[in-house]
Amino acid sequence: MDSILQRYRNQMVLVIVVGLQLILVGYQVRNKEDMRLVRVWAVSAVTPLARVLEGVRGLGARILNDYFLLLAARDENARLKEELNRLKLENQQMREDLGTADRGKALLAFQARTPSKMLAARVIANSAGVNSKVVFVDRGTVNGVMRGMAVITPDGIVGRVLLAYPMASQVMLVSDSGFAAGVVSQKAHALGIVRGQGNSNLLVDRVPIEAKVEVGERFYTSGDDRIFPRGLLAGEVKSIAQGRLYQEIVLVPSGFRSGLEEVLIVLEGVHQDLPNIDPSRQPIKLVPPVEGAPEEKDPDSSDLQTTDADRLRERYRKLAESQGLTFGTPGRTPNFNANPDAPRPRPSVTPTPAPTPAATQTPASAAVPPPPNQ
Amino acid sequence: MSEYSGHVLTEIPRRSKVARFRPAVIVVIALVAILFQIYVPRFLQYLAYLELPLLVTVYFSLMKRQEIPGVLFGASIGLVQDSLSHQPMGMFGIVKTLVGYFSASASLRFDVENQWMRFILCFFFYLFHQFFYWVLVRALLDQPGDFDPRKELVLAFLNGTVAVPLFQLLDKLKETVD
Repeated sequence: MDSILQRYRNQMVLVIVVGLQLILVGYQVRNKEDMRLVRVWAVSAVTPLARVLEGVRGLGARILNDYFLLLAARDENARLKEELNRLKLENQQMREDLGTADRGKALLAFQARTPSKMLAARVIANSAGVNSKVVFVDRGTVNGVMRGMAVITPDGIVGRVLLAYPMASQVMLVSDSGFAAGVVSQKAHALGIVRGQGNSNLLVDRVPIEAKVEVGERFYTSGDDRIFPRGLLAGEVKSIAQGRLYQEIVLVPSGFRSGLEEVLIVLEGVHQDLPNIDPSRQPIKLVPPVEGAPEEKDPDSSDLQTTDADRLRERYRKLAESQGLTFGTPGRTPNFNANPDAPRPRPSVTPTPAPTPAATQTPASAAVPPPPNQ
Repeated sequence: MSEYSGHVLTEIPRRSKVARFRPAVIVVIALVAILFQIYVPRFLQYLAYLELPLLVTVYFSLMKRQEIPGVLFGASIGLVQDSLSHQPMGMFGIVKTLVGYFSASASLRFDVENQWMRFILCFFFYLFHQFFYWVLVRALLDQPGDFDPRKELVLAFLNGTVAVPLFQLLDKLKETVD
């Protein structure tokens, strides 16, 4: 017996160690429980190191950046001034947004104009694993972060909080193959589910074939998943393929457009409307009329009626007025066969008998004279 | 061919060439490998392909030439990696346990001081690691997982290429060679 144990000692150790870990995995999967304490220890041990590294890197990067900026400043100064002036004139609105330059300020500006309550956080590390699309941020439960909270940037959605530790949180990025969120297209408001694919693109599925979606169109969060508030940009359509039941839409995520260093964690989400891009619904800004110019007439006046529909509408309005009614409001229906130019009948002096069911059904025809022969 | 085979294969267990390391060195190198994996790719994204914890596991298992230390080292570094990932604890642990065991077994048959052999072993163990992890994710967690054979072949080549100079660097940390 001893010789057998001695002979297969290595294999037995291997089987025991692998078996114990299989039991560990099985326990976690079956009971949906996590070895939270172990993870908290590990993350608490690693995140301070990551913070220190991040601080050193940031300081070094700033010093180098400032140094090289000073070197290049003299040569670039004249050209930048000219370019700046041109850009000021060309894009006033964009300059306001980009004028903040600093990402922190941009985040604050975004926070200020967004109704959701958000918390700024800094990405401090990646998760373990070559194919992992999970990062650590430097805000945790002590800052009010909870599992499942949405993580965004001013450019769009970034991911959701997978696990929250006291001093840090683990965020699953939208590009992770386990990520999913409800989205809606901007134009046709077609609902779908955006999923990560483990690469730089996202896939929107469950969009019916009959829904009209175009390349370049944007998808926004629908709010149906109860994680992301409605109205946050998810990405732009890169390509569309027709499946059997649903379209397969490839999306370029917008949240990583400016890199992934600072993010916002949505503590309390507030749904917003989708941006309205329909030109016919957008308000039009008109400058005041020129002094002394003839005043523009009311478009409802008959002089401006140019179509048959306008003339018919005017005829019905006159008909209703001639019968003592207001066209377009609920209530009695005018007799549209009457002559609108005929004189209005005088009200009867004799007491009106109680209305019969037939009279109730066609009050207009009983109250007006019969239409003249045309 | 026979000369090459004679050079890289050995019939005699190379117990006489077991390398020893200070425990602190092993712990620090393992931690550095994990920290590198979670931190450096944030700024140098192209370095995300480096599976340093795996390379370190392979190296120490090859150098120790004993299965049980290889198993325990692989399990330990895998579990630490698990604690920093979003998957259940034990997924990386199981895979790296097997890598540690098979690396130590291979060290008894091959000349692990040979650079080509180191490259080939790292190439193979990277593919084994990624494939087996993908299998576990699908089988135990019922998740799709990511495994693109062409991409993994390229990454295995890159990891093998990095492993050769890395192992030479780690060779300098050997305490004694009996």
